[in-house]
Amino acid sequence: MELREKLAVEHGDHEHEGEHGHHDHHEQTFWTKYVFSTDHKMISKQFLITAVFMAFLAMAMSMLFRLQLGWPDTKFQFLESVIGKWGKDGKLDPGFYLALVTIHGTIMVFFVLTGGLSGTFSNLLIPLQCGARDMASGFLNMLSYWFFFGSCTVMMVSLFIEAGPASGGWTVYPPLSALPEAIKGSGLGMTLWLASMALFIVSALLGGINYITTVINLRTQGMSMTRLPLTIWAFLITAILGVLSFPVLFAAALLLIFDRSMGTSFYLSDINLNGIALEHSGGSPVLYQHLFWFLGHPEVYIVLLPALGLASEIIATQSRKPIFGYKAMIGSMLVIAFLSFIVWGHHMFITGMNPFLGSVFVFTTLLVAIPSAVKVFNYIATMWKANIVLSPAMLFAIGLVSFFISGGLTGIILGDSALDINLHDTYFVVAHFHIVMGASAIFGMLAGVYHWFPRMFGRMMNKKLGYAHFWLTITSVYGVFFPMHFIGLAGVPRRYYANTAYEGFDSLVNINTMISTFAILGGIAQLLFALNFFYSIFKGKKAPLNPWNSNTLEWTAPIEHLHGNWPGPIPTVHRWPYDYGKPGAEHDFIPQTVPRDQTISSNRNDDDH
Amino acid sequence: MNLLIFLAVVLGTLVLVRLMSIVQLVSSLAGDDDEAETIKDNKLNALFMLGFMVVGLILVVYMIIRFKPYMLPVAASIHGVETDSLLNWNFLVIGIVFFITQIALFWYVFRYQYRKGERAYYYPHNNTIEFIWTVIPTIVLSVLIITGLSSWNRITSTDDKHGMVVEVYGKQFKWIVRYAGGDNKLGPSNFRKISPVNELGLDSLHQDTEDDVIASELHMPVNTPMQFYFHSSDVIHSAYFPHFRAQMNCVPGMTTNFYFVPTITTAKMREITGNPKFDYVLLCNKVCGNAHFNMNAKIVVETKEEFQRWYKSQKTAFPKSDGKTAEVQQSTVNEKITASK
Repeated sequence: MELREKLAVEHGDHEHEGEHGHHDHHEQTFWTKYVFSTDHKMISKQFLITAVFMAFLAMAMSMLFRLQLGWPDTKFQFLESVIGKWGKDGKLDPGFYLALVTIHGTIMVFFVLTGGLSGTFSNLLIPLQCGARDMASGFLNMLSYWFFFGSCTVMMVSLFIEAGPASGGWTVYPPLSALPEAIKGSGLGMTLWLASMALFIVSALLGGINYITTVINLRTQGMSMTRLPLTIWAFLITAILGVLSFPVLFAAALLLIFDRSMGTSFYLSDINLNGIALEHSGGSPVLYQHLFWFLGHPEVYIVLLPALGLASEIIATQSRKPIFGYKAMIGSMLVIAFLSFIVWGHHMFITGMNPFLGSVFVFTTLLVAIPSAVKVFNYIATMWKANIVLSPAMLFAIGLVSFFISGGLTGIILGDSALDINLHDTYFVVAHFHIVMGASAIFGMLAGVYHWFPRMFGRMMNKKLGYAHFWLTITSVYGVFFPMHFIGLAGVPRRYYANTAYEGFDSLVNINTMISTFAILGGIAQLLFALNFFYSIFKGKKAPLNPWNSNTLEWTAPIEHLHGNWPGPIPTVHRWPYDYGKPGAEHDFIPQTVPRDQTISSNRNDDDH
Repeated sequence: MNLLIFLAVVLGTLVLVRLMSIVQLVSSLAGDDDEAETIKDNKLNALFMLGFMVVGLILVVYMIIRFKPYMLPVAASIHGVETDSLLNWNFLVIGIVFFITQIALFWYVFRYQYRKGERAYYYPHNNTIEFIWTVIPTIVLSVLIITGLSSWNRITSTDDKHGMVVEVYGKQFKWIVRYAGGDNKLGPSNFRKISPVNELGLDSLHQDTEDDVIASELHMPVNTPMQFYFHSSDVIHSAYFPHFRAQMNCVPGMTTNFYFVPTITTAKMREITGNPKFDYVLLCNKVCGNAHFNMNAKIVVETKEEFQRWYKSQKTAFPKSDGKTAEVQQSTVNEKITASK
């Protein structure tokens, strides 16, 4: 408080360049304040709550299909009550199984880990950590959320249609996804899936251009690019990835719409279905795969980088130590982002594409392992000789690193085409991507929620419940996905309703049952989070201004959310965000807003990073 | 029934919310966020971290040992032995990295837990060490890539003239196997000709089709190079031969291929696995519809004599005008088999 007043006196009440007008008389109705808000803080909460809801929905779906996989011979009578005709006589319908798997994947990858991660935290933190009043365009930001909401709604509607939702896997490869005669979900269900994704892509693009513009143009005085917290670097790079790659998914989807509805042959050729030779000619299903994975691969880094950014911030703050290798961390994110555009073919080694092309992708894929490894080493080095405060957020950040190690290492095996021959589309792949996304990235998101909850809601989440949530979750998640590697190595394919068709898989039933048990345990553990989250919004202990003794700008804005974030002028920044534990400093942290002349005793220890 | 479930959920939620307020009250009474409590929480969680690491790593080793019997048996193809060896080397490398990094991570969390009055060691960067831990992974990964790619090149550069030509055709929801017969050429297929009696859409008049033999099981003579061609006319399937470490998508509109040499007969594999009922299997490995999980075919690897006996009993694609089946072509097939010895 004292500091800011001092700043105001010294620097005067000037408007920083690029700051748009002072909103004195901003009459807000219920609709403009809570529903169609253009305030980034409100929008971030909207993204978060929508994503939490969708995550629970997708998780419930996974519980259903894990029931089937863990106890393939059991009839679960309650199924019929829950899913009606798809659970007749207590047995999950095989077609609906595929639908569940498809929608589970779609919701988790896009709505939860992209919309929920980027949407929530980019919105919350970019203006606050850059020192801006709001995003470059509040209006586009509002649209970005409502397109996201629209896409979620359409996806949910698709669950209730008669023929069932899209069922070709979240990757929806044609011809399966183009031909309703091949699988029922490829009828209206697939149309709704495509509509939902079109809306989602619009949302992502609107958000992305906003984030990029704000970071580049609206940083406050003194906030050079190399004084930005790693969260902002991560969100910026992620947004660039999104803007460059989502349009390609849009193209893939558009061509699929044309093939489905207008008789074109982009992906279809030489098809005879149920005795009828289709007229489509000259197309290739492999084209779809190239287009899809051209987004698909950057997409997983769109999922991962924000999580890594959040983890960097939380680990540094709670270790009371600078993040080790700030510039190396930025460099590695840039290299990962660049390389992410030239590795997509590693999803396609077995498609029949030219083996030489496969070789090229092997080479680039293993290159991308290097900056990823550097990041892990930097996290570990940050914790070396640190003074670690184990808040729930920090626990989740540590969990993220552990899962990133596990999942990243198996990626090396899958990136090797000779080894991928026998592992492609098996549970080994399922284990790999769940560990890097469904564990590592989601832990990043959870860490972010625990850490920035006070910033979002002005209250603290309950710590003890947070601990319980963490320990139950990390145990369950490892319990679910580690054994899966073995099932994959044993040759069990993914997207199989049952493993009963080949006797050689009979011995694996026990492992499947164990996995399903952990999955259910993990699912129940998330109720602890839901309870804590929603209860604390209303009845949580009131948060202090800077509960984690953090250096970044968001903790200098008043707790009561102000439109425009700071009541007076925007703070000026005098240093990088990682002055934690600086020798010679009075406290073990120095916020970015503290001027140089107030830290004379520690200035000599400046890091020239 | 539904009403009961609904009521249970509502009541359950109310109970949980009540519980939550109790938890919250207890927390604030216990002075949850004051320093002493925080330090106690830290100590406990740090201990749990250490414990998790120890128990976790032990369980990892335990699982590797315990699940070994469930893994695939020794590779039944020439290249499969090579890729299995490559896989083991890869696991060794990543296993070492796994143990070192996980131990470092969890150990540091425990060792450097918060101590009041102490400060962390201000160590923002070290470019030398960044260089070192960039270069070392690069070298290790380069070795892995080079060995991997050299295997891949060997596996994928096949000579069409070698090997017994067999088509594996996938359709919803079964496999059709077509042997090219004595001329080792597959007759052309046309999706427009597909019918219930001609599932592959073959041209009955074409000379290459004359000796094509259709089967619903895949039999292979041991130690014979097999040149597979894959095809589909409905959706993408994937021909997955896990025991032979082979897999290739079957794509409508294009023909894909894969080449391998089966080296262990079914009988021998039954001995090796100790399972008298063991059978090789061809699985579909690309989601293709509702019965995707049930789309498989039996594979048998047998001696050349056994194979010929079986082959003779199969039917050609179209019934021969003179009533003979595949027997006529046997001599040429025999030549193929002898030549591969």
